[in-house]
Amino acid sequence: MTKDIMLFVLFLAVLLLCAWPLGKYMARVFNYEKTCGERFFAPLENIFYKMAKVDPRTEMPWKEYCLNLIIFNALGMLSLFVLQLTQAFLPLNPQQLPNVETWHLAFNTAASFMTNTNWQAYSGETTLSYLTQMLGLTVQNFLSAATGAAVAIALIRGLVRKNTGELGNFWADIIRCTTRILLPICVVATLLLVSQGVIQNLNPYVDVQTVEGAQQTIAMGPVASQEAIKELGTNGGGFFNANSSHPFENPTPWSNFLEMFLILVIPTGLLFTFGEMCKDKKQGYAVLASMLLLFVLMLGVCYASEKYGNPIVAAQGISGDTAMEGKEVRFGIGSSSLFATVTTAASCGAVNSMHDSYTGTGGLVPMLQMMLGEVVLGGVGAGFYGMMLYVFITVFIVGLMVGRTPEYLGKKIEAKEVVLTIAGLLIPAATILTMSAVSCLTEAGQAGISNPGPHGLSEILYGFASGVGNNGSAFAGLGANSLWYNVLIGLAMLIGRFAVIVPVLAIAGNMVTKKIAPANAGTFNTGSSLFAVLLAGVVLIVGALTFLPALALGPIVDQLFMLQGKVF
Amino acid sequence: MKRDRQQQEILGEAVRNAFLKLDPRIQWKNPVMFIVFLGAILVAVLAVRAFMAGNTQEGWFDLHIDLWLWFTVLFANFAEAVAEGRGKAQAESLRKARKSLQAKKIKADGSFEIVGSEAIRKGDIVLVEAGDTIPNDGEVIEGMASVDESAVTGESAPVIRESGGDKSSVTGGTKVLSDWIKVRVTTNPGETFLDRMIGLVEGAKRQKTPNEIALTLLLVGLTIIFLFAVVTLEPFAIYSGTVISVTALVALLVCLIPTTIGGLLSAIGIAGMDRLLGRNVLAMSGRAVEAAGDVNVLLLDKTGTITLGNRMATEFIPAAGITAGELADAAQLASLADETPEGRSIVVLAKEKYGLRERDLTHLQAEFIPFTAQTRMSGIDIVDARIRKGSMEAMQNYVSELGGAFPAEVRSACENIAHQGGTPLVVAKDKQVLGVIYLKDIVKGGIKERFSELRKMGIKTIMITGDNQLTAAAIAAEAGVDDFLAEATPEAKLKMIRSYQQQGMLVAMTGDGTNDAPALAQADVGVAMNSGTQAAKEAGNMVDLDSNPTKLIEVVEIGKQLLMTRGSLTTFSIANDIAKYFAIIPALFAATYAPLEVLNIMQLHSPQSAILSAVIFNALIIIALIPLAMKGVAYKPLGASKILQRNLLIYGVGGIIVPFIGIKIIDVLLVALGLA
Repeated sequence: MTKDIMLFVLFLAVLLLCAWPLGKYMARVFNYEKTCGERFFAPLENIFYKMAKVDPRTEMPWKEYCLNLIIFNALGMLSLFVLQLTQAFLPLNPQQLPNVETWHLAFNTAASFMTNTNWQAYSGETTLSYLTQMLGLTVQNFLSAATGAAVAIALIRGLVRKNTGELGNFWADIIRCTTRILLPICVVATLLLVSQGVIQNLNPYVDVQTVEGAQQTIAMGPVASQEAIKELGTNGGGFFNANSSHPFENPTPWSNFLEMFLILVIPTGLLFTFGEMCKDKKQGYAVLASMLLLFVLMLGVCYASEKYGNPIVAAQGISGDTAMEGKEVRFGIGSSSLFATVTTAASCGAVNSMHDSYTGTGGLVPMLQMMLGEVVLGGVGAGFYGMMLYVFITVFIVGLMVGRTPEYLGKKIEAKEVVLTIAGLLIPAATILTMSAVSCLTEAGQAGISNPGPHGLSEILYGFASGVGNNGSAFAGLGANSLWYNVLIGLAMLIGRFAVIVPVLAIAGNMVTKKIAPANAGTFNTGSSLFAVLLAGVVLIVGALTFLPALALGPIVDQLFMLQGKVF
Repeated sequence: MKRDRQQQEILGEAVRNAFLKLDPRIQWKNPVMFIVFLGAILVAVLAVRAFMAGNTQEGWFDLHIDLWLWFTVLFANFAEAVAEGRGKAQAESLRKARKSLQAKKIKADGSFEIVGSEAIRKGDIVLVEAGDTIPNDGEVIEGMASVDESAVTGESAPVIRESGGDKSSVTGGTKVLSDWIKVRVTTNPGETFLDRMIGLVEGAKRQKTPNEIALTLLLVGLTIIFLFAVVTLEPFAIYSGTVISVTALVALLVCLIPTTIGGLLSAIGIAGMDRLLGRNVLAMSGRAVEAAGDVNVLLLDKTGTITLGNRMATEFIPAAGITAGELADAAQLASLADETPEGRSIVVLAKEKYGLRERDLTHLQAEFIPFTAQTRMSGIDIVDARIRKGSMEAMQNYVSELGGAFPAEVRSACENIAHQGGTPLVVAKDKQVLGVIYLKDIVKGGIKERFSELRKMGIKTIMITGDNQLTAAAIAAEAGVDDFLAEATPEAKLKMIRSYQQQGMLVAMTGDGTNDAPALAQADVGVAMNSGTQAAKEAGNMVDLDSNPTKLIEVVEIGKQLLMTRGSLTTFSIANDIAKYFAIIPALFAATYAPLEVLNIMQLHSPQSAILSAVIFNALIIIALIPLAMKGVAYKPLGASKILQRNLLIYGVGGIIVPFIGIKIIDVLLVALGLA
């Protein structure tokens, strides 16, 4: 246990130490300043600008920014959709895998990777060719992360610029993000992963005879390169079905540490970027502190519940940890619950253990983090702008208590912003609840459940929370590759992504036109530790209370039953 | 006694109105309460159906819940009605002043005809003589009269209204006591100041303010979120093998949606306007009251706000070879007939310091020489001498014209006085300069502390004065304002307001003259003095009936208090949800999933009593908070972070704890009374 806690502390320390300079660097990238390697990056980027015939210096108002973003993502989704349905005719398919069998699976997967969700209703090794994995999935892994970052940056610009209408250039933002942030880190990370034993080849699968004499096919592929962006871009779509519990994806405790680090480093760094860009570091610290507070809380609950374990197993006289079902022995309780908390905090969705097998409360933590809208650090960009919606709500309610019209960073929060904020919070929450409810009542929905009772409800809730939260991790029990779940979760992912992005960009577009009132003794200080605590409180009250009734019937009662010796 | 009776009347009327407001067309305007309203109707139907199906036990439970749902709606209606009732009582007394009047309309030939006041139109000219009531708002174009404005201001002392200058505006419904005036009417019937005032205090034309709209939208958003949470609960329950009664779902929904703030929101707004009115300030829009809370910069006129209206003589400084007594004697003589406050103060000082009594002027065969803009001095001619007092420049000219010299020590004394923010008044007997009177601007007591409070609240105070830089700087330092604008012209004021607004600040100011109108209109909060001109009153968004410029500070406080009350009650309302969940969730599912009983941390008696207690608490808390909504949360001039900590502790933490206790008590009572 001491070791586990040391791991947690070490992890957070390394994360913060690296996120800080990265955040400052990202501020330079997004302020369109020169960065190191300018002589290499600038010509490279110019090739793309010329090819696309865009001028990276043209500033865009929010509607144009948003429209470009949507068209760009729609094209990405379409090409991935087509690629899956034609892969049999295309090269780089040594295993001669057929085209993806159903349109709805292809739709689901295309939506999934475009929205940074990476929900996988298929098994990578038996479904997708190397070409689809590399050209389709990996490319979307980069672009969806860049899209998220672009939205976050546009929102920051909306908050710090004044009396203008422009939010920056979408093309410059995604290209600079990809070339100057994502690619360099990925190159280093890929090499580090390979050093730990993650494979990287284009070979056909290997047939071997096991010690017991059975035949086994071992899947191969360009894993390491996809693994790096899978974590860094908080995508989470595994090359293999077993995701990061597969030894070729995540072989050692060191690779495990590295992967967790990659998941959170950009989301954490963005808070420092925010502090830099608004020229008030405390603003970034306060929001980061709030996220870390929630993170530690969630991690504590998850770890405690897993460590406490399953009394039914303990009763059978088993020594050691009792909640090891679905966890890799090489990671143990500590690394597994940390990974589970990290991956759902960050809308990544990579897993190194099966969340389905967690205790009721242990499984509640990942689910709750997704239901909150992935704002505990969150996905690349998405976590930041999602949390900003809670910031606006907090500022609005609490700001009134100091006797002024609520304002954030000197900008007033008025009816328009309130409506857009509510929309960004309400639509995803309503989608999770409605789709889960409908699935509970329909035969098609119930067909996917593998465990009856409260645990089955948890599986459904988790599935939609994962889709809407753009997380992509699964409560493995749900059999999701059906017309019903492919379409519904596919839609959930699209809603969860764009029903937040559009309001956020609209808020940015509205805020950017406003004046900035200078702060003074009468203004509500949003850079304080009190604000950090308040923000966490509002996230829990507004976010969690919405789901409390449903959670009570799922994981909470699940846990209570387990403590009484009953499982499902 | 009379107040009590009036209070009772308001409450009685409010109870009646609470029922009248059950009209769905009125309910619809408050979306949060409209949901409760619909829920109450639904549960009523369910109760009837249960009874008809012979299911009395369920029927009684439904009926109990329904009763409290209706109470919830009625309590919210009552809160609004009480707030409106207070305004109505005030409107009633105003309306008495507006009864149909006879007016003397002047015809083209100069003679007048008597017409009803409703026939008077904008542009008409009326004659108002002693005993007449002024039929409509207007501008005095001829004459001067003393006017009783108590109908509007509540102040019984008559005021002077005369043509030209800043005292030319008259208000319809006020009464001329002496003399006569000719008034050019500036409004049509039904649009007068009095009419607008009645409309405002009655709340009839009350429009939701920007912040209130934003808050309402937030509450609607939360309501919709909870609607989804509750409606989807049924499918989850069905999946879990149980069915929750619709009554229980409605009860859960009503408990979760922010009914507390939803029910009190409009009452808070009306009460805010009322509080202003209680201080005799009339806000032309709720928007202005809100803006007052946001103000960062206060422009305050020096005279009347920071200093007592008038300068006072505080010291006699004699020239070389003259005793202070001689100077005082001459100064007193020169001031005896001077009725200006400065003149009076010189006489008073002479009496206090040198025991000089007033003298009979007729006995001295004195002739008073009044102040004129040309000579810029005043004084007295007596048998053997001419005594003059005036500004240094004027007196210098006067003395040198007579061939006298202006002593250097007097000049330096004058400069010294100016440095300290005072006004030197030189006294001369014929061509001999006797010395200087030190006229001092007296800074109001306690004003410095007030400004430092404002500073703590993040509000910058700026003194506006026509004085020169030196004088202004000295007074500004003494009064403790943050900045000053000396030799202020209306243009300079306007420019200053614009530049602050450019920096994102909100500016408040007071003004009375016509030349203040552009600045009043530009300022975010412009408080016009009721004694001021019609133009100033039109330009400002508030009118101070007492014409007391210091009140601007109170206006800001009321604006802040209004916003604080809204925020505090919203926080309280949302924080309450935690306890309600702990009451209702175990109650709904304890039958299906026995282990969920551990969530019943309040140890409520039974599922029925738990749900009923939560609903009753939810209804009663509205009534309990009506006084707070009316009074506003306690306001203290502290910095934002201190205020926040305080309010968070009371309304945030309190909002979490109070319902746990309240629901438990109600549950115990219900069991004791055998109701559950």
